[in-house]
Amino acid sequence: MFQDKGKASMAEHNLFLLLACLPFATSLILLTLPQSARGASTWLSVLSLVGGLAVLAGFLPEIQSGNVLRASLDWVPSLGMNMALRLDGFAWLFAALVLSIGVLVVVYARYYMGDSDSLPRFYALLMAFTGAMQGILISGNVLVMVVFWELTSFMSFLLIGFWHQGAAARDGARTALIVTALGGLCLLLAMLMLGQAAGSYDLGMILRSGDAVRAHPWYGAMLALFLIGAFTKSAQFPFHFWLPGAMAAPTPVSAFLHSATMVKAGVFLLVRFSSVLGGTETWFFVVTGTGVTTLILGAAIALYRHDLKGLLAYSTISHLGLIATLAGVGGPVAILAAIFHICNHAVFKASLFMAAGIIDHETGTRDMRRLSGLFRPMPFTATLAIVAAAAMAGVPLLNGFLSKEMFLAESVDWHNGTWLDDHLPYFAVIGSTLSVAYSLRFIATVFFGPQATDLPKPPHEPPAWMRRPVELLVLICLVVGIVPALTLGPIVNTAARSVAGADMPYYKIAVWHGINAPLMLSLVAMAVGTLIYVASARAIPHGPEGPFLIHRLRGQRIYDWLLFRLTWRLPRLTLSVFSTEALQPQLRLLVLTAIAVAVASLWGGLTMAEDLRLHAPNPAFALLWLVGGACAIGAAWQAKYHRFAALILLGGAGVVTCLTFAWFSSPDLALTQLLVEVATTVLLLLGLRWLPKRRSEIAEDKLLPAKIRRGRDLVIATAGGLGIAAMAFAVMTRPLISNVGDWFLGNAYYEGGGTNVVNVILVDFRAFDTFGEIAVLAIVGLTIFALLRRFRPAPESIEAPYQQTQDNSPTLDDYLYVPSVIMVWMFPLLIVVSGYFFFRGHDLPGGGFAAGVTLAIAFLVQYLATNVRWVESRITVLPIRWMGIGLLIAAATGMGAWLFGYPFLTAYARYVRIPLVGEVPAATAMLFDVGVFATVMGAVVLMLVAIAHQSLRASRRREMDGIAAARTEEPA
Amino acid sequence: MEIILSAAIGILSASGIWLVLRPRSFQVIVGLCLLSYAVNLFIFAMGRLTPGAPPIMPKGGFVDPTLYADPLPQALVLTAIVISFATTALFLVVMIASRGLTGTDHVDGKERSQ
Repeated sequence: MFQDKGKASMAEHNLFLLLACLPFATSLILLTLPQSARGASTWLSVLSLVGGLAVLAGFLPEIQSGNVLRASLDWVPSLGMNMALRLDGFAWLFAALVLSIGVLVVVYARYYMGDSDSLPRFYALLMAFTGAMQGILISGNVLVMVVFWELTSFMSFLLIGFWHQGAAARDGARTALIVTALGGLCLLLAMLMLGQAAGSYDLGMILRSGDAVRAHPWYGAMLALFLIGAFTKSAQFPFHFWLPGAMAAPTPVSAFLHSATMVKAGVFLLVRFSSVLGGTETWFFVVTGTGVTTLILGAAIALYRHDLKGLLAYSTISHLGLIATLAGVGGPVAILAAIFHICNHAVFKASLFMAAGIIDHETGTRDMRRLSGLFRPMPFTATLAIVAAAAMAGVPLLNGFLSKEMFLAESVDWHNGTWLDDHLPYFAVIGSTLSVAYSLRFIATVFFGPQATDLPKPPHEPPAWMRRPVELLVLICLVVGIVPALTLGPIVNTAARSVAGADMPYYKIAVWHGINAPLMLSLVAMAVGTLIYVASARAIPHGPEGPFLIHRLRGQRIYDWLLFRLTWRLPRLTLSVFSTEALQPQLRLLVLTAIAVAVASLWGGLTMAEDLRLHAPNPAFALLWLVGGACAIGAAWQAKYHRFAALILLGGAGVVTCLTFAWFSSPDLALTQLLVEVATTVLLLLGLRWLPKRRSEIAEDKLLPAKIRRGRDLVIATAGGLGIAAMAFAVMTRPLISNVGDWFLGNAYYEGGGTNVVNVILVDFRAFDTFGEIAVLAIVGLTIFALLRRFRPAPESIEAPYQQTQDNSPTLDDYLYVPSVIMVWMFPLLIVVSGYFFFRGHDLPGGGFAAGVTLAIAFLVQYLATNVRWVESRITVLPIRWMGIGLLIAAATGMGAWLFGYPFLTAYARYVRIPLVGEVPAATAMLFDVGVFATVMGAVVLMLVAIAHQSLRASRRREMDGIAAARTEEPA
Repeated sequence: MEIILSAAIGILSASGIWLVLRPRSFQVIVGLCLLSYAVNLFIFAMGRLTPGAPPIMPKGGFVDPTLYADPLPQALVLTAIVISFATTALFLVVMIASRGLTGTDHVDGKERSQ
């Protein structure tokens, strides 16, 4: 049965891939349609699903003869993850079921969804869900299967929350997502272990290595995680509570996801892997035990629900329990019965949900305490719903009867003689009895009795096409129920054979097996179920929504309590214990940790070299750093009360740093440091304006705690400084070992086409780093811009500065007149300097960074010399565009290398001879440097201009305040 | 020379650390600038001190790496200078925005006594 396909496989292969991709492609197209395209989106969705069905129909002969279709695309080959697809009988049947019910749901939703809902968006989500669901069924790699599995949880979240205006929909969607996605994570772990145990992630391989898996030491953990995954998805006890909450979804979603398809994914998995993980006593007890519990509990609660969809939801839970019980029992006939019931339940439950939707749609309520006597106003819908409900109850000549009969037969059969096996018939009968009772309640309450008079809308029949899907489904219930062997029989057998093994004998599904135990049990169930309903019919509408005592134990409430503890209380508790909102303790901890790590790693290892490589101290250099050190300490001393002085001292330390770079053969650094120093100083000067005035000393500073803090920080700072100085000295006095720098020196000219090695490293050898760095710069620029757009200055900073309010004489206009004229004249000169820095960059100190900052300073000088309004009425600077274009140029240069088959950012260099100018370096790295230049220039200008503009906004606010004040004074 | 430069790095970083631990935002920003000088010099010094030999190559011919300053720390520091400017600017903006919102220049957004 696992033979690979040989001939004509190419067309089949492609069709198979098409089948997998079609729903996703449709979903993408649907997303682009406008909300008004209701008809078009319906047609598109139907055509896509029918197309999928046609492909499946084409595969049927192959499948019927027991072949397995495969297709694969490489995805992450290094992880053993290929996009493998695999289609056997079981997957075929399930996929056909999903797609056919999908078609009906799409047609139904066209009439169910109101004009205010975006139908294309709804269908897009539905199609994406269909694609994911189909992906679970046909994936041939278990990891890919888990990916699709999580995707269904996610799409289900979006679909349940489709009416996101309602709190119930949001809560239901969130609960469903958390429960099923957590299950999905467990499943992922289980699949990883399974793949390890079986030696492959290929589904076919895993299905064949059941013995190895069951004997594996991880079998217990594997089984537990696997079952959590399957049980959460299939709403098995105790994870069942998310399904009733998910009923806040639009009814087509409930009909599709929460009865026919998604919740069946869990039982699909149980059946699929029953040959690998099943057959052990643990499997039997856990799966059958959970199934039976869910079967009875779900049915019991369903009887007491007042909401129509609530009843159906719990009934679904109960039926899923039935299927899980069968999967737990195992064996060919039980597997066949499980598969058969998956189909039957999908058909009658989808039609019941649709009928419930019609009732809700046409009467305005789903509350069974208000609904009554609907048979008269809507006879067709009522007849359809009654037949479907009878199928749910297991009435003969309907499809539900057949699979339930098989279930009862399985329960009666002897399997392993354990306690659970012996009592299985009793549990099965209890479940069937309760299901008769709730089906009867549904029929009797809603359709019979006195006609309700206080409904929100006067009830009437729905549009004909809203009923067509229900009619078709009910017809299937009847046809399958009457002639099972001619309809579903063969394909169900094929499906069961692909799970249970090719040697499984053909099982003939028949309506009449003679008078036997299952039939007797069935009759008992029907009689007792009717009695139960008749006895409790009066009490139920007034009672609680659950059987005695059980309704107090609500899974939802436990879940809410747990979620609240875990996601609200626990994080806050942890934060209050381990964290602080104050910055100082955090920074102190950071510095202390750094010191501790350095000490720990260097303890005993920090030795001085034997013969120190020392340069003779130069007195001028010593003097230089005497000034520099004094500046640094002075800045530290004055930063609190004399900010301006501290800023000047900071600049002093910067200039000394810059000179140090120049002294030790690094002209590029000196140049850049000098330019950046100018920009930083101006930036901080602009910022000073917005800080509070501090003339008098803060009283607290003289108190003892503040003194202790300062003393402690002084100790920390001294320790840190000494440590860094010692490390620097220890390294500097050792001989330099040859490193990658030597390679750069030797190859800069030949490989990079430039003589300035630092620049060649930046724009050629390590260009990718530089690309990242200019991107960071652009992001910071944009962040500053965005932060300042919503800036609110402190009230006292809005006042015009002292100097501007003092004197309105013309002298203020002439303030620094001569310097400002000179500064305006500097503009063209600075542009030339910037260009000069740029073009010499590849061979001599300079380059994109320096040129960019220089040009930014050129603009800045204009702002300083005059004012914002003067500059901006004359020059248009678009810093964001400069940044954008710069990044694009850098990226495009990098990608240009792809055209020639080289990796990203491979540079090409040569010298070009231009008449009169001479030899000019023309490397693609130069083009990259243009990008660096434009980005740096744009980012620096953006930051400075954004801060400079704040003064403008403050003065605008002053003016507006003045106008407002004048207005309030006028009437008085 | 080495001893002077390492003392300089030590002083710069000690002043920087002390300022970073202070409560007023302007002190912290000055401290960050001083720290960035110290760190840049430290990284730069890892290439050892080589006066009078900038890494500018002749056009062609054999190159003896020992005759030139190590270009790698220089390239690292060059971008670090520009990035530290960007972080200073960002911190400054956060500082004045927080001052506008909270009415104080304390780094925690409220005075210690409150």
